[in-house]
Amino acid sequence: MAKFTKKKDGDLPAVSTASLPDIVFMLLFFFMTVTTMKDSSLMVANTLPNASEIKKLEKKDRVIYIYVGTPTQEYQKVFGTEPKIQLNDKFANVDEVGTFILAERAKKPQELQNVLTTALKVDKDANMGLITDIKQQLREVNALKVNYTTYEGDAFNNLQ
Amino acid sequence: MPRRKGAPEVNAGSMADIAFLLLIFFLVTTTIETDAGLDRMLPPIEPPDTDVIIKQKNIFTVNINRNGQLLVEDNLMEIKDLREAATAFLENGADGTCSYCKGRKNPSSSDNPTKAIISLKNDRETKYSTYITVQNELVGAYNDLRNREAQRLFGRDFTKMEAEYLNPETPSSVRDELKDKVKRIQDMFPQKLSEAETTTN
Repeated sequence: MAKFTKKKDGDLPAVSTASLPDIVFMLLFFFMTVTTMKDSSLMVANTLPNASEIKKLEKKDRVIYIYVGTPTQEYQKVFGTEPKIQLNDKFANVDEVGTFILAERAKKPQELQNVLTTALKVDKDANMGLITDIKQQLREVNALKVNYTTYEGDAFNNLQ
Repeated sequence: MPRRKGAPEVNAGSMADIAFLLLIFFLVTTTIETDAGLDRMLPPIEPPDTDVIIKQKNIFTVNINRNGQLLVEDNLMEIKDLREAATAFLENGADGTCSYCKGRKNPSSSDNPTKAIISLKNDRETKYSTYITVQNELVGAYNDLRNREAQRLFGRDFTKMEAEYLNPETPSSVRDELKDKVKRIQDMFPQKLSEAETTTN
């Protein structure tokens, strides 16, 4: 029956697509590792100041974030234009910072509870009064390791 | 004659190329976000049991007022001069026990880098950006001195050594080796930056 199955000589041989799943999986894994889930959306303006003598904040699981800044446009009607503190997904008063830190600390595994860092993401236009109050709160709950999160850049750009 | 073949096979040979193109595109454009900033330790809330008497000349006071002006050791100063002034204060070495200091040994300034304390005070109305700039300059003064000594002793920058030491991806054999060096430099210029409670006036 060779007569029927014989191929024409000019035909392209089919390219094996067996490796296609591998490639797709590679892409998938790449995105899985790179993507960071945003667990809270920002409700405050958050233009960080610049600094040059910075250290990287390693290990995200050991960091508690506190955001400070003026509420964004949509929240300004309710919360005004004075800088506010954002903890997770809601605005908070200064006196709630301590309990927040304690609650967050309790959520972490035992072995990490003593090595936590509090990252203060503060808008550059905020006043130090609020920051000082937060720092006082942090001291009261013994969360002494803080990181003033900044952009990398020349610190003198802040003064303009 | 019945047709034996199913649907004709689609040529997917170029799919791999497309996938790679995408992969490379995202590899290039994605920046894996790592936060960075100034690391600071806050003072513990309970005061130390023993009162330590610190000589006034070992304290370098920096005051920031609400307009962002600096009062350094009771003199008005521009922020850009702060780093130099802090460096001079830290390595002054008035008591002569500090062999690596290159300061002027001014008797009215700090005795020794291990005794020198920088005290930073700010007003409640001070802008955060100004505060960060001042912090940055003070940390910069420490880093400059530490880098200088690390260059002299080990031939590389302290900040790079510390970053490598703190990086969790560094192999532990390298980390152990770096630990002693980092510790030694840190002991030469211990970072004593005190932040007193804010004044309200």
